[in-house]
Amino acid sequence: MSGPSSYEPKTAFERWLDVRLPIIRMANDTALDFPTPKNLNYWWTFGGILAVCLVIQIASGVVLAMHYVPNAGLAFDSVEHIMRDVKHGWMIRFIHANGASMFFLAVYIHMARGLYYGSYKAPREVLWILGCVIYLLMMATAFMGYVLPWGQMSYYGAVVITNLFSAFDGVIPGLGTYITTLLWGGFSVDNPTLNRFFSLHYLLPFMIAGVVGLHIWALHVPGNNNPTGVDVKSKSDTVPFHPYYTVKDGFAIVLFFIPFAWFVFFAPEALGHADNYVKANPLATPAHIVPEWYFLPFYAILRSIPDKLMGVLAMFGAIAMLFAVPWLDRSPVRSMRYRPTARWFFAIFIVATIILGWCGGQLPDDVILPIGKSETGAPTGFTVVWLSRILAAYYFAYFGILWFLKNEKTLPVPETISAPVLAEKV
Amino acid sequence: MLRKALSAAAVLACLTFGGAASAAEHGHTLRPVTFSFDGPFGKFDRGSLQRGYKVYAEVCSSCHGMNLLSYRNLAQKGGPFFDEKYKNPNDNPYAKAIAAAIEVPDIDPDTGDAITRPATPADRFKDPYPNEPAARAGNGGALPPDLSVIAKAREGGAHYIYSLLTGYHEAPAGLTVAPGQYYDEYYKSDLSSAWKGPKDKVPPGGVLAMSFQLTPDRVAFDDGTPSSTDQEAKDVAAFLAWAAEPHAEERKETGLAVMIYLLIFAGITYLSYRRIWKNVAH
Repeated sequence: MSGPSSYEPKTAFERWLDVRLPIIRMANDTALDFPTPKNLNYWWTFGGILAVCLVIQIASGVVLAMHYVPNAGLAFDSVEHIMRDVKHGWMIRFIHANGASMFFLAVYIHMARGLYYGSYKAPREVLWILGCVIYLLMMATAFMGYVLPWGQMSYYGAVVITNLFSAFDGVIPGLGTYITTLLWGGFSVDNPTLNRFFSLHYLLPFMIAGVVGLHIWALHVPGNNNPTGVDVKSKSDTVPFHPYYTVKDGFAIVLFFIPFAWFVFFAPEALGHADNYVKANPLATPAHIVPEWYFLPFYAILRSIPDKLMGVLAMFGAIAMLFAVPWLDRSPVRSMRYRPTARWFFAIFIVATIILGWCGGQLPDDVILPIGKSETGAPTGFTVVWLSRILAAYYFAYFGILWFLKNEKTLPVPETISAPVLAEKV
Repeated sequence: MLRKALSAAAVLACLTFGGAASAAEHGHTLRPVTFSFDGPFGKFDRGSLQRGYKVYAEVCSSCHGMNLLSYRNLAQKGGPFFDEKYKNPNDNPYAKAIAAAIEVPDIDPDTGDAITRPATPADRFKDPYPNEPAARAGNGGALPPDLSVIAKAREGGAHYIYSLLTGYHEAPAGLTVAPGQYYDEYYKSDLSSAWKGPKDKVPPGGVLAMSFQLTPDRVAFDDGTPSSTDQEAKDVAAFLAWAAEPHAEERKETGLAVMIYLLIFAGITYLSYRRIWKNVAH
């Protein structure tokens, strides 16, 4: 897609096709001969892993949709029908359910890699933003997918998340109510909600696939970033994508399948919640409503703010920051390998986000450090909600810190990609 | 140094928060018990599943339905009464005999009258009550939950069921227990509103509408196993674990083959990778 094409049609058929639809040329230039920096480490394999995740989710999802019934009265039993009576249905369902978690695990690693090595910096801003769009679509898809089995956690997850939009009544009176009614298809989470969520859950993955196409296109214009963050200067800095990265990504994909298969076959419910094996009951609210693990950091940010509208805005803001990061980080050096100060702030950012995720799974008033006792004898002290507040503040501060680290004292950046390799070898 | 600091932090985070999270979720530790199907290689013990079905059929089924199961499931591969000779579970004599002894409601195809007829292996387990109000009326307002997936619907699964069924005893002094309610040390609930003692010493457990059921010798096991409370509880918990996911055994067996395949495949891909990259300095 960029630079001169190296493709030479060899057969009569290829020559005939090439002047009509140069699809083999495109495949050659993007997936076979594409010049790729030779120093990409294993953190770079997650792009390929994510493509595989998407294919797995779509393929398993299409089969599940053949047996699933999107009806509030039948959905739960139809999922159990898949588990019990569909040939290998249990496997397909567990691959799909755990596949969602593995997809998010991979996407978080992929995003963290981009943040650390400055992959969002010019000229890759559009590439980064398209990635953020994919992430948003993934969150919407995963949320709606979790509603489909129509268990207690499905139902109350849908109630909590859709109700967040009612906060917009505080911006324009009636706006929030309008949005929630539209999402519900009525005046509460019910059969119409399930039907539209199923429809959208089937639609959005194909939109993700479309944006992934744009993401790869935007990748192939400037080419890959690399751990040094230094631009490719000559042909000696690169290797053709095939066979060098097909085999490296292939190895990483097989490695990734090992924990994936472990969850599917040996701990398929470990990431789920027991309450979701209880049929949805609008009259019995579970004691403790928690989203899936991959939403927990944002859930913690939401709950750390007492005002609903501000909480919702903070939660969306946490994701909006990602869109803005190419312009918030003004350092001329891409890779944090050469940014000794920024990398510490980055490390704290990752740890803070993980602990925020833990906070999201606890009750906000749970006491972490007991200091005293209240009149009723209950312990008081430093609670989860206060820890969430500190961590959420750091989460946002990180992006501001990047802005102020423009003139950070950086380590010497190598002249070329090959330079540090040669230096290490001496 | 950063890498070391990061991995140390990650390990520490996992240990601290993992521990804290499990303590918070489970509250009261369950009674220790080991099941043959625990762990990634565990398998169901057929004898235990058969005894467990008998406990369900003679005790639990008078109040609890299992409407995701059919009698044929009992004789399918991996089920309590599976027999190699009968690949089609509908032909299995145990499934046929068990079903035939149970009268299920139906409609007479000639007259349209409501009738009952002996069940076939294709029929779902018979519901003990015709509808929810009838079930509630028979149980002091409480609805006995369907047991089809109960082992998955409760934190702790079979271990929780075992603890619950054996966890009945005299309510601690200071706890108000309404008539028709029974105290169980392991039932999950918050007792603080019914507790008169000090607020930081609320007892574990809860009160439920089901009384202690599995008295010794309540069920006579066909294989001569002494039917203690403990044995009955363990066997019915195993049966319910099987019923919640009848393909669990097949899942683990497949998983073992998949893991071996992936490990070999990973080794081969790694060697290919090393060979292809041999002459590239990177």
